[in-house]
Amino acid sequence: MKKTFPIFGILTAILLSCALYQALVVAPTEQTMGEVQRIFYYHVTSAWTAFILFTINFVASLVYLIRRNPAADMVALVSAEVGIVFCTIVLVTGPIWARPVWGIWWTWDMRLTSTLVLWLIYVSYLVLRRFSSSGETPLLAATLAIFGALCVPFVYFSIWFFRTQHPQPVIGGGGSIDPRMMHVLLINWLAFSCFAFLICWSRYRLEKLQREVEQAQAMESLTQSSRSPR
Amino acid sequence: MSAPTGITRATLLKDLRLEWRSKDAINSMLFFSLLVVVVFSFSFDPNAEESRRIAGGLIWVAILFAAVVALNQTWAREIRNQVLDAYRVSPAPANSLFLAKAIGNFIFVSVLEALMTPLFVVFYQLRPLGPVWQLLIVAALGTWALVVNGTFFAAMSLRTRSREIMLPLLLFPISIPALLGMVQATTNILTGEGARVWIALLLSYDLVFTTACLILFETVLNAE
Repeated sequence: MKKTFPIFGILTAILLSCALYQALVVAPTEQTMGEVQRIFYYHVTSAWTAFILFTINFVASLVYLIRRNPAADMVALVSAEVGIVFCTIVLVTGPIWARPVWGIWWTWDMRLTSTLVLWLIYVSYLVLRRFSSSGETPLLAATLAIFGALCVPFVYFSIWFFRTQHPQPVIGGGGSIDPRMMHVLLINWLAFSCFAFLICWSRYRLEKLQREVEQAQAMESLTQSSRSPR
Repeated sequence: MSAPTGITRATLLKDLRLEWRSKDAINSMLFFSLLVVVVFSFSFDPNAEESRRIAGGLIWVAILFAAVVALNQTWAREIRNQVLDAYRVSPAPANSLFLAKAIGNFIFVSVLEALMTPLFVVFYQLRPLGPVWQLLIVAALGTWALVVNGTFFAAMSLRTRSREIMLPLLLFPISIPALLGMVQATTNILTGEGARVWIALLLSYDLVFTTACLILFETVLNAE
């Protein structure tokens, strides 16, 4: 574990630099949008990474509800935190891209709105974790994660039916993409996934250590108070 | 009558009786609802044509805020008198308690709606172009969507540091699809367009989340 982490970190750094070069230099310039389209490689990969992390959160919460496994709870917490970061990147790069291309910072179209609602749901999950002073916070948080995951299809359907203004999705949709751009996109996605995994791993270790320290402190105060009765 | 239904009925009647005798919550809620309607009428001052397009949203936002104030006091009596500990120790199923609380809240918020809606109709000169009976269905489904999740999240926020603000923080994001459905359905009925898809959305939302709440409430009750 102690050697793997730095090695993996160095590999990820190399992969990220390579992906950056690909995105900014190698990838062909888009016809209508120009250079600003390159933000697409960060916008879309962040979105995919965020969705994967939120799915991991759902599965981990389900495992925790069924098995009460503390490792599952830590995975749920970590994936929610890092997922929110990536979702924030999507919501920030979106307007930055939209402003020169569409002329507006924000619009209530399907994909932006549903990403915002997803972000809100998971931020409320984190708020519950931070503010809850119950001893069973992980259980309550896992329940909320299940509710959030149940809500996601409703969010997508309701907003889809409400309005659609976003350009057609380039993957699995009506839009088409230059194969060279797809190649760069996938490299960037690989780099971002490795980076996300690295951050999650690091955060997981931090959380595990924090819990061990808290438990040790609790045990120590217990034994101290039992040794010196008043 | 089977035991769970009997417990639900008993708990519901107890709550209604207590509320009827003390009237502490209902009076403040009624006045709050009136204030909300008046403030909205000052803030949004449309003519009759525009009002049909925005009144749906305004009514439901007003109901949402009134419902949050009502939901916040759902478990207040139980906390004050250690009722939840007694309930956990008893063999009564947790679902019955939840259902009783949810139905009680539903009745409560429906009373508030029944009072706020005529005021909105008067202040905004509303005349629906679509069928009015559909509005009743939307009102029932929408209120249930808010109340079932609200009662559940109120139980989850019992031991959080800022309990009153925690409920809306948890409730609003999850309720967004239902809110969209309620508002769009109401607006479409008022302007005479079709609302069937939105009603179907509300119905499926209600079914899914009521099931989820019933399954998970026992876990939450024992986790506090």
